[in-house]
Amino acid sequence: MLSNDQKLEMYEGMLRIRFFEERVVDLFADGEIPGFIHLSVGQEAVSIGIAAPLSKNDYLVTNHRPHGDVLAKGGDVKKVMAELYGKATGTNKGKGGSLHLADFPNGILGANGIVGGGLPLATGLALGQKMAGKKNVTLCIFGDGASNQGTFHESLNLASVWRLPVIFVIVNNQYAGMTPTAKATSVVPISQRSVAYSMPGTTVDGNNVLAVYDAVHEAAERAKEGKGPSLVECNTYRWMGHAQGEEIYGVEYRSEKEVQEWKKRCPIAAFEKVLTNEGLLSQDRIAEIRARVKQEIEGAVTFARESPLPAPEEAFSDLFQE
Amino acid sequence: MQNLTYGYAFWQAAAEEMLRDSRVFLMGEDIDNNKALVEAVGKERVRGCPISESAFIGASIGAAATGLRPIVWLMYGSFMYVAMDQLVNQAAKLRYMTGGQFNLPIVYWCPIGSGFAGAAQHSDHPTALFINSPGFKVILPSNVYDAMGLFRSAVRDDNPVIVFEEQGLSESPGEIPESDYIIPIGKGAIRQAGTDVTVVAVGAMVPQAITAAEKLREEGISLEIVDPRTLVPMDKQLILNSVRKTGRLVIFEDAPPLCSFASEVAATVAQEGFDLLHGPIIRVTREHFPVPFSPVLENHVIANEKKLITAIRQLLTS
Repeated sequence: MLSNDQKLEMYEGMLRIRFFEERVVDLFADGEIPGFIHLSVGQEAVSIGIAAPLSKNDYLVTNHRPHGDVLAKGGDVKKVMAELYGKATGTNKGKGGSLHLADFPNGILGANGIVGGGLPLATGLALGQKMAGKKNVTLCIFGDGASNQGTFHESLNLASVWRLPVIFVIVNNQYAGMTPTAKATSVVPISQRSVAYSMPGTTVDGNNVLAVYDAVHEAAERAKEGKGPSLVECNTYRWMGHAQGEEIYGVEYRSEKEVQEWKKRCPIAAFEKVLTNEGLLSQDRIAEIRARVKQEIEGAVTFARESPLPAPEEAFSDLFQE
Repeated sequence: MQNLTYGYAFWQAAAEEMLRDSRVFLMGEDIDNNKALVEAVGKERVRGCPISESAFIGASIGAAATGLRPIVWLMYGSFMYVAMDQLVNQAAKLRYMTGGQFNLPIVYWCPIGSGFAGAAQHSDHPTALFINSPGFKVILPSNVYDAMGLFRSAVRDDNPVIVFEEQGLSESPGEIPESDYIIPIGKGAIRQAGTDVTVVAVGAMVPQAITAAEKLREEGISLEIVDPRTLVPMDKQLILNSVRKTGRLVIFEDAPPLCSFASEVAATVAQEGFDLLHGPIIRVTREHFPVPFSPVLENHVIANEKKLITAIRQLLTS
């Protein structure tokens, strides 16, 4: 049972992700943020819904679209923004950037630049938890594309055979890069693959934050009871491209009509409605929360801009534990 | 003192480390069939894995991040290729990419080498691929004493260490003291002092270099045999000191030549010891071909003592 405070926190968390990502669009376009950026606008319900059942001592592994997941699991907005800027004050001291965001004190082993690269890592974290007799779980986020990668099949098999407390979450946003899911995937809904690995599989509306929460919460309870791994598929949609700046390739792989259809199913608007009906939100309250979160994001941008770059010699540290 | 074979030394070292530190555990295909090991340490820490290198090599990384100290046994070094992403993109890089947020105290224990008609996919010496991946320490002991001491260091190191084991030396006998001695990673050894040519010999080529030295002594040629023991970080100073003494360098390694460890030693000495050299640096390696099956073909491709002797004679008469 989620308390009112928890629900409001989740709502605020979704806004935080939305405003963070939308701000990054401009910062990246202006050249303030270098490298690769993969945004999760439209997928806020997944990030918040999967993180809400977790504690600091549960682990999270995510993919190349990590901002929402990292913020949802307690990543500091300022440090995440600073990492995108490559500053010394970033979560990774500027060594990783968006693709490798990590915050291990908050249980976030990190993002991964290799599609499917995180699944074996998550399996290992869960192995560590089990061997230590902990009652914690590991959550592994990846996309529909990753579910075709060898590591998906190997990791689900291993987690099943060893009965590990890991929850595999497929963020099915209908596209892997520029390829529609159905074109590349032998089984849709993908969660049906769970049968092959002797674990429960379920598909939920990834734009319904409470549905995502319920599915992950159930899987986490299962794992804590020693019943092993689960597969949870969340159907959603990313409003932005696979990567920022991909328009220069001039490839139209999604129709404007489809994008608009999904935008009508905005997860934040939907949750706003639910909470308003429950009397937890009003127009004034919404405006107040939005203004506060927007300010928080601006604070993060200022922090990032004003933070120092790492000294060049810092490139030679952190390879090994001396 | 205890007498044992090179191959056995690795298993004994692994067992002893597991008994010494309960965070150490072993993963690999079929290893849970080792009843003695399971009895000694318990089945939780002797984990037989399904044939899925990406999964279990990757899992060792996650487990290490939680504070455990996995030893991952690969059945053959060439099976590392199956999991290159988890090794090179994840294990080697995660600590660095995250700015040092966790340690990965992992040992990847990989049998390698040729000479048993294993054919191309089972006879590789894949050291170069991992030497060239920043984030790994790489060791390759050539005898029982070093195997024991270096394996201990590898397990006790808080970083990913690749321990290569020479299959060709499995039955080589040796002895070790009772004490808990270690050999530090990064320190090579002089196997035999000499005056005319420095031979840097790698792994299974060390005993062959020693035999070659005996034969060449009869011709009045004195070899100084340097065993690097660690490939990364290389004991540069030991090699340069020897070249300062002899003025000539031959590197002897049973691996394909291009970008090999032999090439790395050659380039390093050419750059940092140029004035010490009285002649060109020679690499005696495999031919740049996959290892063929038929023993007569295999013997023509792999590095061996005969090729070393020929190369040294040529070097000294040129």
